[in-house]
Amino acid sequence: MAEQLKLDNVAVNVVADNTVKPLLSGIDLTLAPGDYVAVLGTNGAGKSTMFNAITGDIEVASGTITLAGHNITHEKPEKRARLIARVFQDPKMGTAPRMSVAENLLLASRRGQRLTLASRGLKAQMAHFEQLAAQTGNGLEKALDRPTESLSGGQRQALSLLMATLKRPELLLLDEHTAALDPKTSASIMSVTDKLVTQEHLTCMMITHHLEDALKYGNRLIVLSQGRIIKDFNAEQKAALTRADLLDYFG
Amino acid sequence: MSLGVSAIGQGLLYSLVGIGLFLTFRILDFPDMTVEGTFPFGAAVACAALTHGASPIVATLLSLIAGMAAGAVTGLLTTKGHIPVLLAGILVMTGLYSVNLRVMGRANLSLLHQPNLFNAAWLKALPPYFDAVAVGVIACLVIVAVLIIFLNTQIGQAFIAAGDNPAMARSLGIDPDHQMLLGLVVGNGLIGLAGGLLAQNNGYADVSMGTGVIVIGLAAIIIGEVVFGELTLSQRLVAVVLGSILYRFVLLVVLALGFNANDLKLLSAIILALAIMIPQIDHRLRIKRTLRNGVKANG
Repeated sequence: MAEQLKLDNVAVNVVADNTVKPLLSGIDLTLAPGDYVAVLGTNGAGKSTMFNAITGDIEVASGTITLAGHNITHEKPEKRARLIARVFQDPKMGTAPRMSVAENLLLASRRGQRLTLASRGLKAQMAHFEQLAAQTGNGLEKALDRPTESLSGGQRQALSLLMATLKRPELLLLDEHTAALDPKTSASIMSVTDKLVTQEHLTCMMITHHLEDALKYGNRLIVLSQGRIIKDFNAEQKAALTRADLLDYFG
Repeated sequence: MSLGVSAIGQGLLYSLVGIGLFLTFRILDFPDMTVEGTFPFGAAVACAALTHGASPIVATLLSLIAGMAAGAVTGLLTTKGHIPVLLAGILVMTGLYSVNLRVMGRANLSLLHQPNLFNAAWLKALPPYFDAVAVGVIACLVIVAVLIIFLNTQIGQAFIAAGDNPAMARSLGIDPDHQMLLGLVVGNGLIGLAGGLLAQNNGYADVSMGTGVIVIGLAAIIIGEVVFGELTLSQRLVAVVLGSILYRFVLLVVLALGFNANDLKLLSAIILALAIMIPQIDHRLRIKRTLRNGVKANG
């Protein structure tokens, strides 16, 4: 199997009260290009820690992380940004609030690139951004000149999603990206997510607490518990799963 | 008339402090205390250079470089030494007091009979106090234009984003530490330059001339915001310059009302506090008015 992402025996520890507490232990995971993986687990299972280890926001104690042929285990987060895009739970986390929607998209279009003193070149991109924003179906294209802080939570999360996929990432991490939204907006964002991921054939991991979304979207499903991957269902096994099966893993 | 012209000249020269602070306080969103040391450092370096025979242009450039160096020290203490930026600024400000005494060799260094930027023949030909206005206008035009161009470059946009949301900036490959260092170097460079220009305009540098300069810079920013309201980032830089001039006129009015000049620092602090509170008070009054109107409309 071609390897897009490989976590090899990854462990993450924290030191609290002079004792070492493992957050992740012996994580082995291989994703093929285009894999779309739903990640489930109770609070504290290690889902976001695994994402943080991949993005470099937390240091690994042991193991290696390889993405698209690059060993990124000890790279700084800002260097890994050339390969990885992440959408957070909080719509405010993924955008610059005082900059306009178009300016945010412009920044995302240069993710991981070496920046220069050349003009930002916003005008030349406006038509392209308008077309992209229209895909979200929530009026974002009419708000290109508005500061991001004036957008609704749904619009802001749609923008975060567009920003994450504007420059094709080698890995897209969705960290409970619909959890802060109302059910209707959440469904709309999931629909846009699915369209972007499947159309572009992106390699994607999506943490979610919505069991229906975990069953509906993606071609794989993994379950974490106490810092370990305890189940890894392939597409066929996933198709046979029910909500009740998944509930068993939440004890 | 001459008082007004002098206020405009001083306002223009002090606006460089406001612009320098704007980069850190408003764009990068942290308070930089280094400025109270950088301002006299720029003044001390310019005066020491002039008394050692340097040309006014070189002395002025040295004040800019001195400020940039001070900003770099604060930046490195914060980004590499992991000292909180507020504390790093206070440490550098405190250390610069001794450095300034070393540079000047004493607490006060006069430029009496020394050639300086304001002795240039074309400036001498102007009516009294217009020399500071002319130098201030040129300095502000150049600096504001350069900053506006910079903020519209790729790196300039990254600089704004790093201040707006550092976590998001990092996730896009922008190192917020580099941007913080850049802001501190450029911001303090401008404040050092302001110190160098004002020392030449006033004819001396004094080791205590930095006391309260942060209030002057913040007043320029906040008065500009209160008076001119919602503006683009580029327009806000111009508003800082105008805010600095307005602040000088407010001080003139206060002094004309008969207040003691010794109370100037206290009055400056009160003016700044009022300027900060005005938008909050206005906001609360608007809410009350809206609620009252709503109650009336609903009978």
